[in-house]
Amino acid sequence: MDVSSDTAPLLQVRNCRQAYHKDSDTDLVVLDDVDLTIRSGEIVGLLGRSGSGKSTLLRIVSGLLTPTAGEVLWRGSAVRGPAEGIAMVFQSFALFPWLTVQENVEIGLEAQGVPRAEREQRGDDALDLIGLGGYSSAYPKELSGGMRQRVGLARALVVHPDLLLMDEPFSALDVLTAETLRTDLIDLWMERKLPVKSILIVTHNIEEAVLLCDRILVFSSNPGRVAHELRVPFPYPRNRHDAAFRRFVDDIYALMTRRATSVPAPDVRAEPVVQPMQPVSTNLMAGLMETIAGEPYEGRADLPPLAGVLQLEIDELLPLGEALHLLRFADLEEGDIRLTDAGRQFVNSDMDARKKQFAEALRTNVPLAANIRQVLDERWNHRASAVRFRDELEDHMSPEYARDTLRAVIGWGRFSELFSYDEEADQFFIEEED
Amino acid sequence: MSDISLPAFASPKRLPNLFDIAAMVCFVALVVAVAGAARHTLAPLSAAEATAIHLDPAYLPGYALRTTLRMFAALFCSLVFTFTYATWAAKSRRAALLLIPVLDILQSVPILGFLSFTVVFFMNLFPGRVLGAECAAIFAIFTSQAWNMAFSLYQSLKTVPADLDEASRGFRLSAWQRFWRLEAPFATPGLVWNTMMSMSGGWFFVVASEAISVGNTTWKLPGIGSYVATALDARDMWAVAYAILAMLVVILLYDQLLFRPLVAWSAKFRFETTQGAQAEDPWMLRLLRRTRFLRWVGEGVGQGVDTFTGLRLQFLPAKPAARTQGAKPSRLVDAVFYALLGVVVLLALRRIVTFCAATLTLADVGEALLLGVYTMIRVAVLMVLAALVWVPVGVWLGLRPAWARRVQPVVQFLAAFPANLFFPIFVVAIVRFHINPEIGLTPLMILGTQWYILFNVIAGAAAFPGDLLESANNFRVGGLLWWRRVILPGIFPYFITGAITASGGSWNAAIVAEVASWGDLKLHAHGLGAYIAEATAQGDMPRVVLGVVVMSGFVVLFNRLLWRPLYAYSSRRLTL
Repeated sequence: MDVSSDTAPLLQVRNCRQAYHKDSDTDLVVLDDVDLTIRSGEIVGLLGRSGSGKSTLLRIVSGLLTPTAGEVLWRGSAVRGPAEGIAMVFQSFALFPWLTVQENVEIGLEAQGVPRAEREQRGDDALDLIGLGGYSSAYPKELSGGMRQRVGLARALVVHPDLLLMDEPFSALDVLTAETLRTDLIDLWMERKLPVKSILIVTHNIEEAVLLCDRILVFSSNPGRVAHELRVPFPYPRNRHDAAFRRFVDDIYALMTRRATSVPAPDVRAEPVVQPMQPVSTNLMAGLMETIAGEPYEGRADLPPLAGVLQLEIDELLPLGEALHLLRFADLEEGDIRLTDAGRQFVNSDMDARKKQFAEALRTNVPLAANIRQVLDERWNHRASAVRFRDELEDHMSPEYARDTLRAVIGWGRFSELFSYDEEADQFFIEEED
Repeated sequence: MSDISLPAFASPKRLPNLFDIAAMVCFVALVVAVAGAARHTLAPLSAAEATAIHLDPAYLPGYALRTTLRMFAALFCSLVFTFTYATWAAKSRRAALLLIPVLDILQSVPILGFLSFTVVFFMNLFPGRVLGAECAAIFAIFTSQAWNMAFSLYQSLKTVPADLDEASRGFRLSAWQRFWRLEAPFATPGLVWNTMMSMSGGWFFVVASEAISVGNTTWKLPGIGSYVATALDARDMWAVAYAILAMLVVILLYDQLLFRPLVAWSAKFRFETTQGAQAEDPWMLRLLRRTRFLRWVGEGVGQGVDTFTGLRLQFLPAKPAARTQGAKPSRLVDAVFYALLGVVVLLALRRIVTFCAATLTLADVGEALLLGVYTMIRVAVLMVLAALVWVPVGVWLGLRPAWARRVQPVVQFLAAFPANLFFPIFVVAIVRFHINPEIGLTPLMILGTQWYILFNVIAGAAAFPGDLLESANNFRVGGLLWWRRVILPGIFPYFITGAITASGGSWNAAIVAEVASWGDLKLHAHGLGAYIAEATAQGDMPRVVLGVVVMSGFVVLFNRLLWRPLYAYSSRRLTL
């Protein structure tokens, strides 16, 4: 790598904002005021929960998406449309099922108008580099997930991009395959065999980010912002069992849960706070509370090891914790989760008492649920269309969030028998007691 | 046995919107305009007489070839139409607003009703020559094929997977490369399947369109269809049998040499990421793949195609390929577009009003509507009967894979066979046994289309999950309960798919089925089909137009009020 390119930034994102219109109402902000600079020779990670806008930022960087405001500079000039020298690896691999491995790998070269012979040569080289030498005539559906992602990687590398973008590249793979692929990637990077200058990788897996990146940007959600920027001080190859490594991971957990606790506890009497909720299964909530109440946690657990024991990703564990926090069954603080008295009572009750307690917690802490029940009580037939509630939610959040929130409330309402929902008619109703 | 594609619907919406109405008005005006032109040109054309058709079986191979050639000429036109019309609709939001409702209406129109004025129109283009009649026949087949193919391509273009779309833009493929590397391959399985369905339907129309009478004039193009028509006039049962035999051979060749290899080949483009069970290649495809010479030719052609489709062409000035979320389209251009559309619709309305006011009275409209109700009752009764017969048979066959494998090709073959060749046999039976033609002619309407129901039900039963069958067995669910709770909901989406095709086809068939003749003997059933057929025979253009428009209306209503809600329900509730 030459020295001159080390000094000038490869990519700069300035004051980037991504919002989208909802009719006449206020804009819904997905990304707010994001700055990002990438220089030669570094691996940068975008770490955040799903919905934090990190994938949106990746698409803005790649030129697939134009931001609402702000500018993206690639090697000093503004990005308009997909730029030369940037290539992407997709979470879903995005291989063309009707093209062979070789043809898939060559597609970027074909777009550049590289002659057939050179295309074949470079395709072969890339496949050899990534360990897929003998597979060139196979079709993607004949390959395992790990090998497909290797094809995805070879397809990006063959165009010799200066910047390699990776959108959750290992999250669709099983644990072992993902680990092998990560190790191979780092080995190639250290041996300087990758024809790239920098890598920008999006992930929600904290350990993955710490294993791979020189620098990590931690995103907060709704709207997506860069909440923290961390430099990872460990040399490659990194050992995930090293004490310092574990502490670093723990610290990031604490950073990411801190925001969750800072959400003001909703108060029904004041202006109802409409906040997005994720549809978490009540079974999982009960299971988590039982686990925390039992040995060895005794009502308080450290999140990273808990996630490890339960084999949950942070993306799955945090929404659970937040739901418990919202219903005041547990508190989240500094990477720990602690059962409240209500939580202990729930664990020690039988099913009927649990349902009653859950209904009560729902009415007190989730204004939307209380509102639905109130409307149903007022109706003579105890039925009400879900449309008005959905519309109301969409005034405050994106349609996707509104859908999730409504699904969460429906699931919890059904479990607690606070109200029922008829999907065919899209109506809430109260089950007749007999 | 998963060779099933869902019917091409523009959208699950039920009630017509403004654009549907605009499309309907434009369409009716077009019909009126063509009919008007036809009426004026009818007289000078009556001198043109057709060549004589020989009933000697030695002529049959030649006739069969002509019929087949017409078929493929129409197929070529349909493909050209599909790739332009559907691509245009998919790429331009404004164009799609009108193009898609127009397509939707064209799909519901009884093609045979058009024959009379398209013949006159084309004869007028090529006066005194057979070419005009040839064009009219080809056009009739084209109209039976093109719409669902265009729909299929449009829908595929609109549902290209988002990640592949991003990959193709991210790697900076040009519009041309994108079309051939991503969009066309993705659309191939659906398009091939719909093309095949169109071809199957097309044989019916090619036979019907070769012998046409308008007023006192009769055109007979050399082909199997006119051979049968001549045989009918001559009361020659042997000739009818020869024609059926010849058609059998033609369809068998088409099925084995084209249909099966193409469908098997298109499986390569199925968008699936897991490797499913693969059916054995048909012998023709195996032959093509194994023969060294053919493979060598194939590779050469493949490389050429590769180079051609890989060209970095960009037809429109390269605009930034990035999407801009939430960007509003230009209001001004929208306004101009809507204004233009409004003017066209108004002009069309005026044209219709002047045409109708001159020749038709309200009583005529009432009569047509009443006859439409008769035909509707026929179609409804036939659908119920066909369901009662073919659903149990299809389930029985579908649940026995060995049987399903053997029967399915036969059923596909039957669906392709032009049922109108069998009409004479029925007519003879009706005459011989003195059956009331109102009832006796009715089954003819569904003769060719019932196979779609059987064929889809077999596919549905074959795809029914084994574990559900086992669990039903385990809980000893049997008898009526098994039908009601287990298998009927399971095959319902497939049944609906077949029933939509069958019902549409039956409406169309009414035009040839409600009137039949055997020598001088004419059989007649009351219905809209007979109304159109007789108006055609008398050269009464306004009545033909009225009949066609009323029938289109019935079909559109039938689709919107019955099939679409059922289809939407089944895909929401009953898909696995």
